[in-house]
Amino acid sequence: MKIKLTFWRVVFVIILILGAWGTVVRFTQGLGAATNLSDQFPWGIWIGFDVLCGVMLAAGGFTLTAAVYILNIKRWHAIVRPTVLTAFLGYVLVCVALMFDLGRPYNIWHPLIMRNPHSVMFEVAYCVMLYTTVLALEFSQIVLEKFKLEKPLKFIRGALIPLVIVGVILSTLHQSSLGTLYLIMPTKLHPFWYSPLLPVFFFLSAIAVGLAMTIFESSISSKVFHRQLELPILQELGRVLYIVLWVYFVLRLEDLVNRGEMHSIFVPGYEMYFFWLEILLALIAPMILLSIRSVRNSPGGLYLSAVLVVLGFITNRLNVSITGIESWSGLHYVPKWTEYSITAAIIAVGFALFGLAVKYLPIFPEEKEHGTVATHESAVEPASVFVANAGN
Amino acid sequence: MSKAILYDATLCIDCKQCEAACAKQNNLPYDDKIAAEEVQSAHKFTVVLNKNDKYMRRLCMHCDEPACVSVCPVGALQKTALGPVTYDAHKCMGCRYCMAACPFGQPKYEWGSLNPKIQKCIMCPDRVAAGLPTACAEACPTGATKFGDRDALIQEARDRIRQNPNNYLPHIYGVEEVGGTSTLLLSSAAFEQFGLPSPKSLPSDPLPMYTYRVLSRIPDFVPLGGIFLGGVWWITHRREEVAAAESAETEEKHNGGAR
Repeated sequence: MKIKLTFWRVVFVIILILGAWGTVVRFTQGLGAATNLSDQFPWGIWIGFDVLCGVMLAAGGFTLTAAVYILNIKRWHAIVRPTVLTAFLGYVLVCVALMFDLGRPYNIWHPLIMRNPHSVMFEVAYCVMLYTTVLALEFSQIVLEKFKLEKPLKFIRGALIPLVIVGVILSTLHQSSLGTLYLIMPTKLHPFWYSPLLPVFFFLSAIAVGLAMTIFESSISSKVFHRQLELPILQELGRVLYIVLWVYFVLRLEDLVNRGEMHSIFVPGYEMYFFWLEILLALIAPMILLSIRSVRNSPGGLYLSAVLVVLGFITNRLNVSITGIESWSGLHYVPKWTEYSITAAIIAVGFALFGLAVKYLPIFPEEKEHGTVATHESAVEPASVFVANAGN
Repeated sequence: MSKAILYDATLCIDCKQCEAACAKQNNLPYDDKIAAEEVQSAHKFTVVLNKNDKYMRRLCMHCDEPACVSVCPVGALQKTALGPVTYDAHKCMGCRYCMAACPFGQPKYEWGSLNPKIQKCIMCPDRVAAGLPTACAEACPTGATKFGDRDALIQEARDRIRQNPNNYLPHIYGVEEVGGTSTLLLSSAAFEQFGLPSPKSLPSDPLPMYTYRVLSRIPDFVPLGGIFLGGVWWITHRREEVAAAESAETEEKHNGGAR
């Protein structure tokens, strides 16, 4: 096999080399040399981006499986597999990122036998561990299909609905709990972001980002893998996204009013700029775009809205974990190059694994027409049989 | 009975004997260079700060309901019945949530180590258990740092303020802050200028309450969520079966009006 030298492959290799270099620094010299973290600022982008955003960006998995298997929206089935793949890769990479951030990564298994149920981190650890297992099982049917292992395949398909239900519960718990993590810091986190509703905000925004990521990832896939765009599905996802954004917007506004922060969000300052950047990207811009019917129905409009929502809520997570803590800590945290390079390498590996999976595994339905027809034909069959059919 | 450390800044002479005794007790290096360091760190659990000849000692507050203990996923940090908040490095996985959660910024980290530990004042738990005062209290030549029963020390602090109201701020730092602490501070100068959170900014609720309110709902949420999702699944699929059966019937009758 001959490997062609393309621009993106060169970029990929450079990112991997820098990431490997960063990894060497991290594991030979410690966190102090590999990060700009300090006693005043113990959590940086490996927590704020790699973990908080990583888990959020993988939320499409539980959103889509809930919609397709629980709410029985079969029209959306064609995009379940790539979404589950994204989620599975996302969670695996979050765990990889944790191995960099934990000071004693070889003790990562400790929560299994040393339990403190009062700790949000303990709960998140269990949920992430169990949900990654659920995703692995959901994903395993694709691999089993590929290798035609009928017996375990039948077993997984039979257990699919309970698996999906468990996955949705676990996701609801830990997506919201990543917000709960910050409830213990009422004196540290800036009042723009500290709210008793943090868990609710984290959960709702995870759903919004899950939908947006699905739109984003389908749009990219259709270009990269030269597939026909699943436009009718994306239009529906866009409408649901629009509603979720409204719910989030109203709650967020109500919360700011209740906590008496309405005046301070108009007083210029460091936090104020980042607050408005987040609100503009995550809410105002995409909500205006999605409110226009022609934009909401066009591939480009949907894509742009989805990208804005994703960027906006990434800003939100970074605001909660970094911007909002800076004034308490009394210093300005700028990540070191190693923090960037390792993060970039993890993302790059994620993209590469996605590409490999699409190449070697039955991720996408073979033909769009077939997929749609199958949806109608199998409408009568029990869900588990349907699941088996529609991915083919 | 719960023990406590009372530090009275008006009696302090900035001799740093407490720093030296603390270092010795915890097998940490201590020399003139370290004595000059005006920050707490992984190798300096306590520090005497000097702002315009007003002194303040910083050390772990040993909260009655510590945020660090509640957030530690593996229970490496523990609040002992006598008062000290202790740390077991063998359990720790280095997530640093304790550092992020502590309202006083007390847990410090060995950033340069490949096997890093959390470091902070642990209130000499072995000495305390043996009925001895902490090393710092024993070393203090003026009685500025005093070790004893918490209730008795609070009473004594109140008496000191009452007898010399002009010498003190009318506040014992640690009686109510975040639900009470086992380190109590008296001062004539504002606590904030020594990096302590202002007493007004700290809630009198213990911080673990803030997360517990949410976490305590999980045991109910899991079964209810399961039943709810299972119910929705049943309804959506049942509806579909019924619709399918109906349309099959309709077809059999060759009759379009049945729907």
